[in-house]
Amino acid sequence: MRVELKGITKRFGSFTANHQIDLVVEPGQIHCLLGENGAGKSTLMNVLFGLLHAEEGEILVNGEPVRFANSGEAVRHGIGMVHQHFMLVPVFTAAENVVLGFEPTKSFNRLDHKTASAKILELSKKFGLDVDPDAVVENLPIGLQQRVEILKALSHDAELLILDEPTAVLTPQEIDALMEIMRSLARDGKSILFITHKLKEVRAVADVITVIRQGRIIDSVAPTETENQLAALMVGREVNLIVHKESTELGDVVLELKDVVVRDDRGLAVVNGVSLDVHAGEIVALAGVQGNGQTELAEAISGLRHVESGTISLRGHDITNHTPRQILDAGLGHVPEDRQRDGLVLSMSLADNLVLNTPRRAPFARRGTRNLGAVDDNATVLVERFDIRTTGIDANAGSLSGGNQQKVIVARELSRPLTCFMASQPTRGLDVGSIEYVHRQIVNQRNEGLGIFIISSELDEVVALGDRIAVMYAGQITGIVDPSTNREDIGLLMAGSTVGTHD
Amino acid sequence: MTNEPAASPTDTPVDVARDVSTPATRGWWARYSSTSPITLTVLALILGVVIGAFIIMVTSAPILDSWRYSFHHLGSIGSTLKLTFDTVAAAYRAMVTGSIIDPTLFFHSISTGQGWDQTLTPISETLTYATPLVIASIGVGIAFQTGIFNIGANGQAILGAIAGTAMASMIHLPMIVHLPLTLIAGILGGAVCGMVPGVLKAYTGAHEVIVTLMFNYVVNAILIYVLTSTALQLPGQSNDISRNFDSTATLNPLFGTKSGLRVSYGIFVAAAVVIFAIWFLKRSSLGFDFRITGANPNAARASGINPKTIVLTVFLVSGGLSGLAGIVQAASTTHYIDGGFLIGSAGIGFTAITIALLGRLQPIGIVWGSLLFAALGVGGRAMQAATGIPLDLATIIQSVVVLFVASPVLITEIFRLRSSAESFQLANKGWGS
Repeated sequence: MRVELKGITKRFGSFTANHQIDLVVEPGQIHCLLGENGAGKSTLMNVLFGLLHAEEGEILVNGEPVRFANSGEAVRHGIGMVHQHFMLVPVFTAAENVVLGFEPTKSFNRLDHKTASAKILELSKKFGLDVDPDAVVENLPIGLQQRVEILKALSHDAELLILDEPTAVLTPQEIDALMEIMRSLARDGKSILFITHKLKEVRAVADVITVIRQGRIIDSVAPTETENQLAALMVGREVNLIVHKESTELGDVVLELKDVVVRDDRGLAVVNGVSLDVHAGEIVALAGVQGNGQTELAEAISGLRHVESGTISLRGHDITNHTPRQILDAGLGHVPEDRQRDGLVLSMSLADNLVLNTPRRAPFARRGTRNLGAVDDNATVLVERFDIRTTGIDANAGSLSGGNQQKVIVARELSRPLTCFMASQPTRGLDVGSIEYVHRQIVNQRNEGLGIFIISSELDEVVALGDRIAVMYAGQITGIVDPSTNREDIGLLMAGSTVGTHD
Repeated sequence: MTNEPAASPTDTPVDVARDVSTPATRGWWARYSSTSPITLTVLALILGVVIGAFIIMVTSAPILDSWRYSFHHLGSIGSTLKLTFDTVAAAYRAMVTGSIIDPTLFFHSISTGQGWDQTLTPISETLTYATPLVIASIGVGIAFQTGIFNIGANGQAILGAIAGTAMASMIHLPMIVHLPLTLIAGILGGAVCGMVPGVLKAYTGAHEVIVTLMFNYVVNAILIYVLTSTALQLPGQSNDISRNFDSTATLNPLFGTKSGLRVSYGIFVAAAVVIFAIWFLKRSSLGFDFRITGANPNAARASGINPKTIVLTVFLVSGGLSGLAGIVQAASTTHYIDGGFLIGSAGIGFTAITIALLGRLQPIGIVWGSLLFAALGVGGRAMQAATGIPLDLATIIQSVVVLFVASPVLITEIFRLRSSAESFQLANKGWGS
């Protein structure tokens, strides 16, 4: 199917999310839409899928102008969308999910499970997407859940498939499998619109790459462009993707975990006997697919979650089950996984957020009275030093972009004396420019001799930053490897296999 | 289906752009037509007055009769309109002159230098009523800013008044220590009363709304009990009435007891509380902790703030201020307490919740809110005396103001205000799915 967008303009109030977008997707083409967060990719796709309505411009399907009042009409015209967050019913089987809304029925409106399963099997075979139709969705790994989503779109005879950031939640192996599926669908003549901000993936799978920045099409390029060229198009300036690391002397152990066991809110031991050392002057990166206990481990280290057994110490001081205040004072810098939930008060000013966990420390307060002058001076200095883009130090933290919010937290943590710096998903949701910046800051601190512990589910990040990579799976460390290790092997460790561990 | 716009509000550069256009950089018309809290409150008051006028019309028998007559004899419509207008105008004139100042008396006093007491009585009464309201509302407001819903201000005020009354009537000291000790006893009484829900919330997770609300009833029972106990009961009485305060423990009228103006040194206590609250919220480390906790409890915990400590100190501060309001009320007006103290419509602890919200939890806003509520109450009584229109009209206006302030969308629709933020949201939602 050939889909053409002509002069699409979409505004929200005075803000133009899409400006005069022209885009053509040819049959059998994998068309990548590359852009930073907030560039307008998802808005454009929502316009195409009938969820939003453009102020200007038109959509042509096989040369015919169409108008979609809602997503149902888009589906009838052969457009399918797989959302970043799956729209599946967790307690239903794969087959039930696929036929949901268009259920085959027997007499008396009884659901015809047999026909439903048969339909799935037929689709699976046709497109090479293996899914057990009777498996309950919540028991399936994320990669397979995504296949169910894709099958669901295909079951409505989708000729154009929109994949919105489909790789964000997948392991490297699952990403490879998804790309294979995309290629085979394209061979069958399906058109694919693939939305992402990850450069590696686009180069691996795209036929055409369209770069979008601040709501405008910047360029359409071939996948032969280098990553640096693509990044420059995306950000609008040269970006250095290679993190330069000097070799440093290893210092003392600054963070030591010994047989740490932590339970989650349901009482399950999601961290089950983790032992790990972080030395001064090195970056230890904890890799792993989201949901394998990393979040709870970080919470336990920062004092937000009870440690069931085992010990955590900072430069030899036992901090197990100390209060967050004591642990902060002992010199743990912490960039939380969810910056808006745990790291910032969005309704407060930038200046206040920059002293959020040191409000009583001199010179910010004296005998219970805050010194607002010192707080403002501190903010002015840090905004300058960490290049935080803001309208002023009085602006609410909520008015900043995601990247700048992260800079606020990094600036706050790095501006006080630290023993160890721990960052959970430090670049999640950030654009390339901000990622580059945060990475450089982290490496600088390491070069200056700080011990750094990074928790990330982005393999690229783990490999780029880590001096040693620990892989976590199902609450345990399945291996500690060198960053030069084959990515396949790290991927296997992330999937729980201990085969192929190199020391 | 997601109808989430691609540009999630926090991730786009737009927000920065929108924030640049703060009211300060725009003209007065834009400021008027934007939805600032002050504009909203003033417009809500106007709506309250208009609705009040309508209610006067439909509840006044002469006006209704006149309208009925005019439907049959159209020629008399003029006199009907005049009657309607005169009645409404008389009511509101009585309300304003009865709560602020009567211009006629004012000019008479100016020219003759006589009768100042009578001239200043309305404003003095309004200030007298506003004084404990300001203190209690600030106590409630500080708790609300911390995300703690202290619905028990009334009980805390009563317990504060009981403790203060005991200090004021049973111990005899020179004024320089007796009055401060009385006020401190009030603060402690309120704080102790606040600590019960505080401890329950901090250590057992009991929900403060339920506990504080129910504790009001417990305190009512305690009040009756202590007022009929030999220690506090006025000797020789069988009623639930306390001993009188020593004259060394009262907040005396500013212009002397002979003037007849009741406004007392209590307003200095209220002013001190306002100044304390402004300092506390803006400049103190503890107040900063409170605000962080209220705005984002997760971030507060991650920043090393101990939620238990915060809950306990909030109840100490909020309960203490409510207790102070209770003792100021007793020490500046009656100089004793009885079984009807702060019961029913006199329950300043409940009015304080409304005023705290009306004042958007900010000390200065609370001062204005308290003055408004006190003036409507005092003016309402004057109106009832002068025109026979019941005091309930004042309550209706109060309620309408709160109703409209609580639902800004109604105001913006009625007055066709433009509001960039709202229309932005509408744009998102309207085309959603």
